[in-house]
Amino acid sequence: MGRDEAALQVSALSKRFGDVVALKDADLHLATGSFHALLGENGAGKSTLARCVIGLVQPDAGRIEIDARERRIGSPKEAHDWGVGMVHQHFSLVPNMTVAENLVTSKFTGSWIIDWRREVRDLDDFCSRMPFTVDLSAPVSSLAAGEKQKVEILKQLFLGHHILILDEPTSVLTLEEADELFGMLRQRTQRGELSVLLITHKLREVFKFAEVVSVLRRGQVVARGSVQEFTSDDLAHHMVGESGLPTVVARENKTAGRTGIQVRDLVVRSDKGIDAVKGADLTVRSGEIVGVAGVSGNGQRELLEVLAGQRQATTGSVEVHGARYHATRHEMLEHGVFFLPEEPLRTASVASMTLAENLAFRGFDQPPLCRRRWVLSRDRMKSRARDLVARYRIKAANVDVPIEQLSGGNVQRTVLARELSAGVQVLVASNPCFGLDVGAVAEIHSQIMAARNRGAAVLMVSEDLDELMALSDRIIVMFEGRFVHEVAAADADLQVIGRHMTGGHHATTS
Amino acid sequence: MRAASAVLRIVPLSVGGGLFVTTVALSLSALIFGAFVASLGVDPFGVFATIYKAAFGSWFSWQNTLSRAAPLILAALCVALPARLGLVIIGGEGAILLGGLAAAVAGIHLAGLPAIVGTPALLVAGATVGGLWIGFCGVMRSYRGVNETISSLLLVYLAVTIFDHLVDGPLRDLSNVNFPSTHPIDENFKIGNIPGADMHWGLVVGCLACLAAALYMRVTPQGFAMRIAGGNPRAALALGLPVGRMVIVVCLVGGAAAGLAGALEVAAVQGRASGALHVGYGFMGILVAFLARHNPLAVIAAAILTGGIAASSGLLQRVYDLPDATAIVLQGIVFLSILTCETLYGRAGALFRWMMPGPTSRERA
Repeated sequence: MGRDEAALQVSALSKRFGDVVALKDADLHLATGSFHALLGENGAGKSTLARCVIGLVQPDAGRIEIDARERRIGSPKEAHDWGVGMVHQHFSLVPNMTVAENLVTSKFTGSWIIDWRREVRDLDDFCSRMPFTVDLSAPVSSLAAGEKQKVEILKQLFLGHHILILDEPTSVLTLEEADELFGMLRQRTQRGELSVLLITHKLREVFKFAEVVSVLRRGQVVARGSVQEFTSDDLAHHMVGESGLPTVVARENKTAGRTGIQVRDLVVRSDKGIDAVKGADLTVRSGEIVGVAGVSGNGQRELLEVLAGQRQATTGSVEVHGARYHATRHEMLEHGVFFLPEEPLRTASVASMTLAENLAFRGFDQPPLCRRRWVLSRDRMKSRARDLVARYRIKAANVDVPIEQLSGGNVQRTVLARELSAGVQVLVASNPCFGLDVGAVAEIHSQIMAARNRGAAVLMVSEDLDELMALSDRIIVMFEGRFVHEVAAADADLQVIGRHMTGGHHATTS
Repeated sequence: MRAASAVLRIVPLSVGGGLFVTTVALSLSALIFGAFVASLGVDPFGVFATIYKAAFGSWFSWQNTLSRAAPLILAALCVALPARLGLVIIGGEGAILLGGLAAAVAGIHLAGLPAIVGTPALLVAGATVGGLWIGFCGVMRSYRGVNETISSLLLVYLAVTIFDHLVDGPLRDLSNVNFPSTHPIDENFKIGNIPGADMHWGLVVGCLACLAAALYMRVTPQGFAMRIAGGNPRAALALGLPVGRMVIVVCLVGGAAAGLAGALEVAAVQGRASGALHVGYGFMGILVAFLARHNPLAVIAAAILTGGIAASSGLLQRVYDLPDATAIVLQGIVFLSILTCETLYGRAGALFRWMMPGPTSRERA
């Protein structure tokens, strides 16, 4: 197969949503067997372009050619028929089905009978050739974000698509997992079996794996070419345009103060009834950020759920500012405990309630939002919401829209505004930037750093090592429910951390 | 546990959206019911006209309808209030029976006291027993994760057994030979009719309870917390809200409403506890609550509609010689239509959104 032959050719594609121009005469040439990166800020039109190709959105104008044939793609089923598959930013798995069931039923066979024994054998065989493993019998709802993302990628490869669109797939993967995954995809592209379009804003991935890069800004392709032609500054400049990159608030030098969070000998059981956290001890002092690194599914989620009050610990204790902590509303208020969870629409918002109401979740039972303990002031709730919307640049038609109508980045900003605007003393964050673009990430990092500089004790779990390295004062690695490695961020070595994350410490310590 | 009761979920919607779904569901029921009576060889339009006449055609029929609506309002609150926390309680019937029984026992044992003490006491007794009965479902749900839909339903059978045993045994008034019942309550304690109408005060009590519930949900921070916990329990926990305690309290309150319904039936209508309490008010309350989309104010309207259908049963039999189960068939069709439309709204949302006016179909342009 010729290298210049287009697996996917997009010409003059345009799409408007109401008054918003999402795509304007966008062109893209994905050569067969190439690894093509599509860069751009949130709202630049990357996802819209991908959704047009996959048949989720119909373009207003322009043509799409797959393997040199013009195609009208009415649905993902048709895209599948032409061999195009996509890993979405948000998960598209059935939560109460197992991984194996999700994979098998994703095949559009339309047959009446599923031969489960054969399917499972095929799956096992298929998984043994993959660079990472997932428990096939686990229900998807019990998986952490990172594991779900792996299943999404497995699904696409399992379906045998030869054109693969990946929409920011590594937000929740570790460095090593991402490298392994891309390494494997890259091998396949070099053999000409696969053409990959990677939507991302991580320049590291672009330079390490992509051969060709296109940059989208405000719906138009503003730069394209071979990766070697660009420096990272070039690309960043093309992405954000004239406005320039936002800068992250600097770390102030300060010695850590009193104990914020103290976790002693904590044992926590997972949904499956096995111990996910097996005796964790942890101290976070005020004025420091402690980052917890680890491959998802090693107990981080359960640990945080205990701190957030969403799960009971089996044994052990949690103290905040020296007092026993049970995650009651009163304690949260007294000690200024706040959360930045992952998937904020699912874990920290009520989708059907309005933006103003969601912004009031922390203060609705306190003055000034509540008078004489019994009367809620809607007016004050709304005016306070308008104030927060302006301060945190939340984009919404008004404060009375249900929060589910906001984009992912704006939901994240809403939760950020709610959790960080009221005297944070203890902050617990979990993958706070999952799926957000460069600008939004810088903003959230700034807010977290500012909270630390003001003296908050911050515990942050993240599967993005770059994020941990950039923000943490100390990094702790969690593996199979235990803290196996601790290092000051200044002395941290990515290779060493990566080894501990995958259990490599057994080899080095024993 | 959500999987089991997923079908019984009401999608949270704006007032307009809710009215739309309800209207579609009621139209669908009318269509199906019309086809049903037509298949029996009866003119469906005539039947609808008769239902209207029997239910709302005159002051007399209004009184009949409203009397039937009164217990349904309170019974529906036993479903609608817990539903605000995402709970599906379908065992109000048990709370009604035992609440009525408790009221009868109080009314017998407190005989001789002044009415100003006795009447409230027997109402409180009914509400307390009903509240504890359903509250037990909340306790099991909170502490042991027992599905409240199933536990409340199974508790109905237990309540029926207890009720029958006591009314037919230890508490039976042996002078009443034909029909097992308790002794009558003190005549003094009986609740009279609303002046100028053939309806007892239970209707007013029910409406006040609905009004109070609506105000509580709308105005107080506690009601706001309930909306959070009902909308997303995980988020509520992360906000430090005592979700487990809220589940128990809302079950207590819902059960108390049903218990009060039973007590009012005893104090205002029957004068004693007997099998006449066990006529399915609790189950009709489920229909009313779903028809009202668990909105306490809409419960009043839905109860009147349902009461009206029940009131028309007699006339339908006499005029068209339809079987006496016809009204029940209609109620069943309404319930299934509601559930179908709610489910379709969630799943085949595109179809409904396309039918709905407004800017939501932008994507299609």
